[in-house]
Amino acid sequence: MTAEFSTFINIGERTNVTGSARFKRLIMDGEYETALDVARQQVENGAQIIDINMDEAMLDSVEAMTTFLNLIASEPDISRVPIMIDSSKWAVIEAGLKCVQGKAIVNSISIKEGEEQFIEQATLIKRYGAATVVMAFDEKGQADTQARKVEICQRSYKILTEKVGFAPEDIIFDPNIFAVATGIEEHNNYAVDFIEATREIRRTCPHAHISGGLSNISFSFRGNNPVREAMHSVFLYHAIRAGMDMGIVNAGQLEVYDEIPNELREAVEDVILNRRDDATERLLDIAPNYQGDGKAAAKEDLSWREAPVTKRLEHALVKGITDYIIDDTEEARQQAERPLHVIEGPLMDGMNVVGDLFGEGKMFLPQVVKSARVMKKAVAHLQPYIEAEKSDDNKSAGKILLATVKGDVHDIGKNIVGVVLQCNNFEVIDLGVMVPCEKILQTARDENVDMIGLSGLITPSLDEMVHVAKEMERQEFDLPLLIGGATTSKAHTAVKIEQNYHAPVAYVANASRAVGVCQKLLNRASRDIYAAELAKEYDKVRDQHARKKPRSRPVTLQEARDNAAQVDFSMPPVKPNQPGVTPVTVGLQTLRDYIDWTPFFLTWSLAGKYPRILNDEVVGEQARSLFEDANAMLDDVIANNSLQAKGVIGLFPANRCGDDVEIYADETRSAVIGVSHHLRQQTLKDKFPNYCLSDFVAAKDSNVDDYIGAFAVTAGIGEETLAKAFDKAGDDYNAIMVKAVADRLAEAFAEYLHEQVRKHYWGYAPDENLDNDALIREKYQGIRPAPGYAACPEHTEKQLIWDLLDAEKHTQMTLTESYAMWPGASVSGWYFAHPQARYFAVAQIQEDQVEDYAQRKGWDSETAHKWLAPNLN
Amino acid sequence: MTSNRFDQLSQAARQRILILDGAMGTMIQQHKLDESHYRGEQYADWPSELKGNNDLLSVTQPELIYQIHCDYLAAGADIIETNTFNATPIAMADYGMQAESRLINIESAKIARRAADDFTRQTPDKPRFVAGVLGPTNRTASISPDVNDPGKRNVTFDQLVAAYTESCEALIEGGVDVIMLETIFDTLNAKAAAFAVQGVFDKLGERLPVMVSGTITDASGRTLSGQTAEAFYYSLRHIEPFSFGLNCALGPDLLRQYVAEIAAISECLVSAHPNAGLPNEFGEYDLEADQMAAHIQEWASSGLVNIVGGCCGSTPEHIQALAEAVAALPPRDVPRFDVKMRLSGLEPFVH
Repeated sequence: MTAEFSTFINIGERTNVTGSARFKRLIMDGEYETALDVARQQVENGAQIIDINMDEAMLDSVEAMTTFLNLIASEPDISRVPIMIDSSKWAVIEAGLKCVQGKAIVNSISIKEGEEQFIEQATLIKRYGAATVVMAFDEKGQADTQARKVEICQRSYKILTEKVGFAPEDIIFDPNIFAVATGIEEHNNYAVDFIEATREIRRTCPHAHISGGLSNISFSFRGNNPVREAMHSVFLYHAIRAGMDMGIVNAGQLEVYDEIPNELREAVEDVILNRRDDATERLLDIAPNYQGDGKAAAKEDLSWREAPVTKRLEHALVKGITDYIIDDTEEARQQAERPLHVIEGPLMDGMNVVGDLFGEGKMFLPQVVKSARVMKKAVAHLQPYIEAEKSDDNKSAGKILLATVKGDVHDIGKNIVGVVLQCNNFEVIDLGVMVPCEKILQTARDENVDMIGLSGLITPSLDEMVHVAKEMERQEFDLPLLIGGATTSKAHTAVKIEQNYHAPVAYVANASRAVGVCQKLLNRASRDIYAAELAKEYDKVRDQHARKKPRSRPVTLQEARDNAAQVDFSMPPVKPNQPGVTPVTVGLQTLRDYIDWTPFFLTWSLAGKYPRILNDEVVGEQARSLFEDANAMLDDVIANNSLQAKGVIGLFPANRCGDDVEIYADETRSAVIGVSHHLRQQTLKDKFPNYCLSDFVAAKDSNVDDYIGAFAVTAGIGEETLAKAFDKAGDDYNAIMVKAVADRLAEAFAEYLHEQVRKHYWGYAPDENLDNDALIREKYQGIRPAPGYAACPEHTEKQLIWDLLDAEKHTQMTLTESYAMWPGASVSGWYFAHPQARYFAVAQIQEDQVEDYAQRKGWDSETAHKWLAPNLN
Repeated sequence: MTSNRFDQLSQAARQRILILDGAMGTMIQQHKLDESHYRGEQYADWPSELKGNNDLLSVTQPELIYQIHCDYLAAGADIIETNTFNATPIAMADYGMQAESRLINIESAKIARRAADDFTRQTPDKPRFVAGVLGPTNRTASISPDVNDPGKRNVTFDQLVAAYTESCEALIEGGVDVIMLETIFDTLNAKAAAFAVQGVFDKLGERLPVMVSGTITDASGRTLSGQTAEAFYYSLRHIEPFSFGLNCALGPDLLRQYVAEIAAISECLVSAHPNAGLPNEFGEYDLEADQMAAHIQEWASSGLVNIVGGCCGSTPEHIQALAEAVAALPPRDVPRFDVKMRLSGLEPFVH
């Protein structure tokens, strides 16, 4: 399928809130800049048209569509391609049409609501100057048979061309692709219906186009990608020949038609073309032979072993194969004049190929980390020979010190940066986590490093980075400083860090940027040019920051309190079944089912919602391999009991006092054992209250007996030992993997425990019955906000949880001076049970609340400003 | 426009290259008007300065505008453009004159109508036509006015539609034969204009020919809002233009390649009215009439154009020179094109 396929138009589908969890989150959070990156990547990856969809109940879709399209208009890299404005709501489509200067496509209209509305909308689309997708849908419903599909499309075509005067070439029919081989006999002919309808529509409706969403066809073979890919390929093979010329097709989910094994192709063709009554059964019979990623069934291809040794080394590096690396390296060493030449020659050549592929987006981070593992093994083999030669050539590209700053324990991202830098021949000195400023600076001096990279995940780390920058200035350093980590940002770097230090300060958004930045900073000449660029950019960012108006007007604390959430306490709160503190342990096998995998892939810079990501066009293959490795790691830690999960919960009588929650020793509610302090949203809300978590607890003077819960869980006991062992073995990939897996298990533990609390320990929802997907989507009653995150952003409140639960004793979890939890794979938070309880972001607060909060916490103003800094302007 | 006049225009366009007039502003400048001229009797007490509001002169100095039209008609123009480049309510807001916009459009159309009819009577074998100009306004619907806030807009599609609807109705009421969207630098503004114009036609139950003319702002070969000439054409061909072309910003030498690009894809007539060169260091256009005519003559010999005229800096002298230069040359043959879906972003996409 080459010639036909080349005229087939592939529509990018990642900028769709209904199809991409990541894009949805970005839009919901107002992260439009990053959302633009999603659009840009699609265009860079070859989407010829991009579909944009903002249909989400919690979103003002008209506004989101308008905002996003207006932003796209300023991005020539994106707006060079036509836009497909995708919505089931006409108002959203029309808003979109008012923002695009190009000729766009509307997706979609149909005669579902009758001809009158159809004509009206088509007439407007014509006036706006757009093409349109028309669904095969009429007053009776969605067309399933060939006859219905053809009839509706022909009827629509006639109305459009004769009554509306719509250009026929601007009509794109979507005759509905439905799943086949579902076991339901009526479905058996669905593919034939589509293909034959396509042929007939193309024949009878001149110049019109045919489009559709391909992945539906193979829906019943979810989990068996080889079969799905074969089905897509066979279907497309026939549909394209029948006249399908556009579609939302995931190219990564497409086997080459000619390369489908004969047996499978035959069976799939029987199903798609509905050639025999037992076609589904026959495909089901052979499907397991192609189960998994197909690798298990396929014989390992060892033809690359025939190549010369330099090519074999390159292959091993690119593919991340360690099996033969020692032998090949040894062979290369014997051929080389000096052992160092093996590194400088074939190994670096191979790594350069890796670097290029990574730079071009043809390799993904997990693969690069695997390549590094191969490289390390090869270098380790050569090391003794190099030592023996006593060569003092140091060909390192540069020496970089990396550290997670004092008070912070998070290092997955920093470790990834370290590995990527090492792959590119940098010497990396990694001081690990919770590194005090003085140790960083002392090591930098002693080791004569070329630059320092600071990382951090929690918000207090931002201040620590400012501190390090100031110290570097005071101690007259001249080294470039790199800033990275989840909470860091270009704006923070520009406004708070860069101005305190005269040498270049580079904000590194992600691991893939690190190499380029370091290379520019190492060379004196390019450093100055880059520094000037940075300074200019930061000036701009600072300027933008200064101009940035709050999205909505701030209100006084009193006004915010007057608009507190009106929470209904007419139903008396449920009294916990098991009040007081309860330690909990649980097996990892149980937690495994509670894992939310989507963030796991994000850790590895692969964006997409699980499980769909496993079949993603671009990253699917990588995601599957990563998923396999993670599950292997899980099998291993479960079998060897090398990671343990421990947790503790506490359920207490509690009542609200102002914005604080008083927590009592027992039902007499006389002895206060702790006060949990909360912050209130302080921007003008039109249709919503100004939320504060304490709103969800009944007031002390209401005479309603209410409760609050707290929890602290970790799945990271043993994590550090494991990671170090992998590190020592030169296996960075698994060192990072073990932490990523432990992180997921800790989150799963929190999810699991919350369920147990709702159903048993507290028991306010004893009959709840939700699957993991529903749990991830938070379909249950009550919330578990974590201090340090949006609804309760102030970190020191974790101390209260620790005190109430005696968490260190029960779980071995500790808090650092910045209130980061140790081990890193830990979660803690509050339980609020009220049905109206919901998550929100406190966001920006004002001076009056800072002073009020200081008073409640018994702090001076300076301390309050320090801890509340992330929520201050 | 009566169908008779539309037939006359179409027929004339088949037979020869039609001549559009030249610059209005350049001609007004030569009269060195002062504030009191602009105000006239009607606006003697207007609270703000009015000097520079050239379109207002159709109300306050109608004979001056009539005379300029006549000068171009005498030079050989087939189509004259109304003095309404800045007459939309949005552009008139600069002078606080939104409420006068309708009147200015009507009066401008009437003056041009009178001038054209006077000449048609003198040379009935060469009927003259009036193009009612809808200018670009001074705001942009797809470009942010603030570099730090790329999502910001200082005008919405709906505001533009409302403004263009009012102006278009007024121009038609004043008697124009053609609607002309010109000096388009933001395609979304023009799409709003096209939307408005179609709405007015639907309401009237009749269509006037629509001329569309965009502006390639510099050597990048793109409009100010970033589209290539071809992408720009696909964005606006739904209005089924009578002619499509380019004007302003560049002199004929630099504009030629983009006119050629349009000529290669346009399913309708192609128009071009370049500036008389680029402004010199005194801000004056100094391409002489015969030089400009030589360029245009070459375009015509190459079969690129159906309608030619002048923009900034051009005078009746230029128009006469180019009318003579193309008089003997055949107009561009409109080619036939395959039926394809022609979409665009900043760049064209044909499927």
